[in-house]
Amino acid sequence: MLGQYLVNGLLIGGLYACLAVGFSLVWGVLNIVNMLHGSMVVLGAYLCLYGVQELGLPLYLVVPVACVLLFLFGYAVQRGLLNRVVMQPILITLTLTFGLDLIVNNLILHVFTATPRSLVTNFGMLDFAGVRIPVARVGGMLVAVVLTLLLYWLLRHSKTGRAIIAVRMDRHAAALMGIRIPHIYALTFGIGALMAGAAGCALALIYPITPMMSGVFLGKAFVICVLGGLGSVPGAILGGIMLGIVEGLGTLTFGQQWATSVGFMMMMAVIVLFPTGLAGKKGYE
Amino acid sequence: MILDRATVFKLIFGLLLFAATASLSAVLDNYYLQVGTTLAMLCVLCWAWNLVGGYMGYPALSMISFFGVGAYADGIAQMQGLSIYAAWIAAALIGAIVALLLGLPLLRLKGHYFAVGTVASVEVLREVANNWDSLTGGAIGMNIPIQPGNPDLVGRFFFLSMLGLALGAFLITVVVDRSRFGFGLRCIRQNEQAASMVGINVFAYKVAAFVLSGAIGAAAGGIYASMVAFIEPKDAFNLIMTIEVPVMVMLGGMGTIFGPLIGGVFYVVLKEFVWAYFIDWHSGILGLIIVAVIYFLPAGVLGLSWKSMFNRWARSHRTNLSAKTIVRQVS
Repeated sequence: MLGQYLVNGLLIGGLYACLAVGFSLVWGVLNIVNMLHGSMVVLGAYLCLYGVQELGLPLYLVVPVACVLLFLFGYAVQRGLLNRVVMQPILITLTLTFGLDLIVNNLILHVFTATPRSLVTNFGMLDFAGVRIPVARVGGMLVAVVLTLLLYWLLRHSKTGRAIIAVRMDRHAAALMGIRIPHIYALTFGIGALMAGAAGCALALIYPITPMMSGVFLGKAFVICVLGGLGSVPGAILGGIMLGIVEGLGTLTFGQQWATSVGFMMMMAVIVLFPTGLAGKKGYE
Repeated sequence: MILDRATVFKLIFGLLLFAATASLSAVLDNYYLQVGTTLAMLCVLCWAWNLVGGYMGYPALSMISFFGVGAYADGIAQMQGLSIYAAWIAAALIGAIVALLLGLPLLRLKGHYFAVGTVASVEVLREVANNWDSLTGGAIGMNIPIQPGNPDLVGRFFFLSMLGLALGAFLITVVVDRSRFGFGLRCIRQNEQAASMVGINVFAYKVAAFVLSGAIGAAAGGIYASMVAFIEPKDAFNLIMTIEVPVMVMLGGMGTIFGPLIGGVFYVVLKEFVWAYFIDWHSGILGLIIVAVIYFLPAGVLGLSWKSMFNRWARSHRTNLSAKTIVRQVS
C-alpha cells in the first residue's frame, strides 16, 4: 500500500516539476508572479484535446505543435504587455497577470465550454511487485521529465540559456554585455508558457480537464516553486517530487480532503523557515 | 496628530458624505439598500487593505482571509447564543488575533514571498473551514440565525451597521494618515532599512498595521455573515475578492484617505453594469478593466495631477483665444 502511494507520488511529482519549472523560471528571472500560468496549462491541455479529438491528428504531432503555439503566445504577451511594466512594484505585475488570466480563462471557457473533457487512452497497466502503474502516467511523466532535463541542459550549455542566467544574476551588467534584455525576457516567458503547455498535454492524458482547474494548477506551481527555490530547475524537480510524495502520504494519513492543505502547510513552513527554498541560493542555473 | 486645513476639510467632507448616505436609508427601497450595504462593505475592506497595502506598501493578498475568519467567528458566536453585537465584537477580536498569528511569521518576508505567503494563508484557512466539519459545518456551510422583523427594517439595520463600520474605517484612516504611526508606515514603504535607522520599530509598526487591518476586515465579515445568514467556505474565502480589493484601491489611489472610497464606488458601479449586460463575459471584462487600470491609471484616480491637467487645459484655451484676437487684429 505504501509502495503504491510512493510510486504514485513519484509519477505525479515528475508532472508537477514540469508544471512548476516554467513558473519558477519566470519568477526567478523576470521577478513576476505569473498568475496566468494555470490558464496556460489548461490552454495546453485543450489544444492537445482539440488536436486529437476534433482534428484527428496523432498525439506525437499534436503535442509539439501545442507547445510551440504556447511559446508564441507567451513570447507575444511578454513582448507586448508585460515588458512595459516589468520594472514596476510587484503588486502591479501580479495584478496585471491576474487580469490577463481572467481574460484568457474566460476565452477558454467560451471556446471549449465548461464540460470536463479527457483523452480516452488505454495503454494498459504495468504490474511491478504488486504495485500497479498505468502506462499513460509513465508516458506523461517521461515527457515532462525529459523536457525539464532538456531545459536544464539548454540553460547551462546554449548561448541563449546562458544569457537568461546572466540576466537573472545581474540585469544591468548583462545589458552592458550586449544582451537584448526585452528579447531575453520574452524568451523566458515563452519558455515558461511552453513548459506549461507540455504539462497541460501530459495532464490531458491522465485527468479530465476543465477550465476551472487553472486555479488548482497555479496553486501547485506556487507551492513547488517556493519549496524548491525561485528560478531553479533542480529546485522545481525536487519540489515537484516532494509535493507529489507528501500529497500521497497526506492522503494516506489524513484522508483525501486534506491532501491540498498538507501541501500548503508545508509551503507555509518552508517559506518561514527557509525563505530561499530548499534548493537554496546556489540553484541559479 | 497633525491637523492641517486640507485634512480638516477632508474630514468634514467625509462626515457630510456619511450623514447624507445614512439619511438616504430612510427613502431607499430594499434593492438599493442591498447594493449600498455591499458597497459600504467593499469600502471597509478597501480602507482596511489600504493601511497595509497603501500606506505600508506591502502587497498583502490576505484581506479575504480576515473577512472569512470574521464571518465564521460571527456565525459560531451566534450559534453559541451570543447576541448579534457581541458576535460582531468577537469577530473583530478573533480577526485581530488571527492577523497577529499570521503577521508574526509573514511580515518577516518581503516582496513576492510576502504576497505568496498571504495567498497561502487564504488557501489554508479555506481548507480548514472546509474540513473542520464539527465547528464550521464543512462544505455544506453554516446557517446563522436570521434577524427577526420585516425585511425593510432588517435591510436598513444592516445598511446602517455597515455604514457605521465604514465610518469607523474612514476615521481610523484619517487618524493613521495624520499621525506618527502613519508617518512611520510611509517611511517603511519608502525604505525599510532607513526607517529602522531613524528609530522606527519597523516590525512592531508592521504587525500593528496588519492587526488593525485584520480587525476591520473581520468586523466586516461578521456583519456580512449576520446579514446573509448563511456562509460557506467558497464564499467566505473567495480568492477573486483577494485581488479585487487591491485593484479597487489602485483604481482610487493607494495610500490616500479617499482613494479606497472612490475606487470602491467606481469599481462596483462598473461591475454592476458588466454583470447586467455581459453576463457570459464578466470575468473577461473584469480582466480588461484591471489591465486598463494598470496601463492608464497607474496611480489611481487621485494620483492624476488634476491641477496641472486643468492648468494645461486653461493655458491652451487662453493661447487659442489670444491667437484668435491676434488674427482678428491683423485682419
